[in-house]
Amino acid sequence: MATRKRKRPASFYVLATLLGAYAVFLYAPMACVYVLSFQGPQGGMSFPMVGWSTHWFQVLFQGTGGQGVGDIPSAFRRSIRLALIVGVLTMIISVSAGMAYRRKFPGANFVFYSAIASMVLPGIFVGFGIALTFNLLGWRVNWFSSGIGAQLTWTLPFGMLIMFIVLGRFNPAYEEAATDLGANARQRFWMVIVPIILPGIIAITMASLTSSYEETARTQLNVGTGNTMPMEITGLLTAATSPVIFAVGTVTTFVSFSLVIASLLIMTRLAKRRSSRTAQ
Amino acid sequence: MNLSQLKPKAALPEPEKTHLKQATQGHRFDAELVAVTKSYGPGAPAVDDISLRIPRGSYCCLLGPSGCGKSTTLRMLAGHEDVTEGAILIHDEEVTHKLPVDRGTSMMFQDYALFPHLSSLDNVAFSLKVRGVATTERRKQARAYLELVQMDHLADRLPNQLSGGQQQRVALARSLITRPKVLLLDEPLSALDPFLRIKMRSELKRIQKELGISFIHVTHSQDEALALSDMIVVMNDAKIMQAAPVREVFETPTNAFVARFLGGQNVLTSDTHQVSVRTDRCRLGRSPGMRSLEGQIAMIEYQGNLVRITLQTTLGDEMTVLQSDTEYFAQNPQIGDTAVMSWHPSDEHVLDPMQAG
Repeated sequence: MATRKRKRPASFYVLATLLGAYAVFLYAPMACVYVLSFQGPQGGMSFPMVGWSTHWFQVLFQGTGGQGVGDIPSAFRRSIRLALIVGVLTMIISVSAGMAYRRKFPGANFVFYSAIASMVLPGIFVGFGIALTFNLLGWRVNWFSSGIGAQLTWTLPFGMLIMFIVLGRFNPAYEEAATDLGANARQRFWMVIVPIILPGIIAITMASLTSSYEETARTQLNVGTGNTMPMEITGLLTAATSPVIFAVGTVTTFVSFSLVIASLLIMTRLAKRRSSRTAQ
Repeated sequence: MNLSQLKPKAALPEPEKTHLKQATQGHRFDAELVAVTKSYGPGAPAVDDISLRIPRGSYCCLLGPSGCGKSTTLRMLAGHEDVTEGAILIHDEEVTHKLPVDRGTSMMFQDYALFPHLSSLDNVAFSLKVRGVATTERRKQARAYLELVQMDHLADRLPNQLSGGQQQRVALARSLITRPKVLLLDEPLSALDPFLRIKMRSELKRIQKELGISFIHVTHSQDEALALSDMIVVMNDAKIMQAAPVREVFETPTNAFVARFLGGQNVLTSDTHQVSVRTDRCRLGRSPGMRSLEGQIAMIEYQGNLVRITLQTTLGDEMTVLQSDTEYFAQNPQIGDTAVMSWHPSDEHVLDPMQAG
């Protein structure tokens, strides 16, 4: 049956223009950064391009930029190490908390709200408070103690909230069926619950990984002597006078996108493996 | 896990169907409830002091409106709900405080609860996997049970790639592979469309006869209960209204609730007694020697070989006359007509007035 194509209303064009403007506003400046990062060795921090090169990437990776370019590779390693640890810790704690909260227990609400409250506390003061407390107790702030702790105050509320939602929607009949079929608590957890909520677990880990990687407010006073990536970049922004800063932008974007694509690939592979699994 | 409890299930069958027969000998009742009460708090109990004996190899339906306690009763039998008071026996052995897996029961859940991350075959093999049976062995056995429910050709599918009816077959196989003494089914047909429902219920009946074990089936559908049951347990308000063979429950309901809930009966007052009369024994028109009631025809439903005529009496009660189509077309009554419904006194069945529903 051939239906005549309906004319689009005027509002469609208005909204489409708005969306287009938004996309340009978001991505055009980024594109400038990516293009400028390939500036020639003689080029400056703005257009026009004086030839094309990967000079500023070399400067960046050698960490010999001078002029306020710090030790980016070390900062990157520090940040990634921190992010991996925080990501795994957030995953373990969130899943455990989620499992615990499927039953009511005395004080459950208090614990819940006190954990969630740290989402709305101003980060810089949380960080400051942690640093002060460490100072008061005569402990040194360090990335593996106060640093991880400070970041967890940021990633945990989100991780736990996601897990509460995921497990809140988990059909208890799955577990009852498993019990009925003879599974004990450990088998129920590993053979039924974890496989079913695996997408949620991966999401929590990736989300806390990236938010740890980007966090400064809580981290800066608590991470100890070495800078993390965001701190390094902030320093660079205020001091650098060369296109190295653009190279940093390009590399950072690349890393972020790789992470996102990697997690998407893992997810689709999981889904595929499930649907194409052939039992002998 | 206590391995000795699994002994009765240890001798597992060869894939031939005849060997899937699971009935055992030497006990009186397949399942027994002794004065079982379930309360969740200080209010009215969900199940109130019920006793029930289910004979060997019965298809038993727990029938009642929602909230009557039938599902709770089933879940107590399964061990997914604690018993507040009373005792539960399976094959004459007390299981009141045993784990679900140690009772010899297996439950089929309302939404089937198939594990979404496992193929049909691995769903069926799950109970063997948790007992540590090797992969090839458990898959071989699981395949035999998939064959029993005619699902072996879809062994590799995930639950979300199966239709409702197919999922149900897999769920049934997954329950049966545990070699239960009693299979518990929680509204197993409610998620299916009407056509499949009728097909699956004959399938359930066939498998129950083939295995020779008892099925206890919770439903709120009278048709389903009548079609399947050897024994019907009608429940209302946390109590058993009547538990008896299907014919007895239909023909001689103990009280007005059972008579009305099963359908097919008019509940009326005759000689100060509350009685029930089967709708197919009632007629339109006066006849000598028959009792009668006057009213107005409120509704006529043509059902093919039968016609259901609803009469609104002067007291506001609704009565039903089930006529054959020949009789109906001969009399040709119309909606709005004043009519008389009559019945023979010998067709009256006296109801227990104490529990008038």
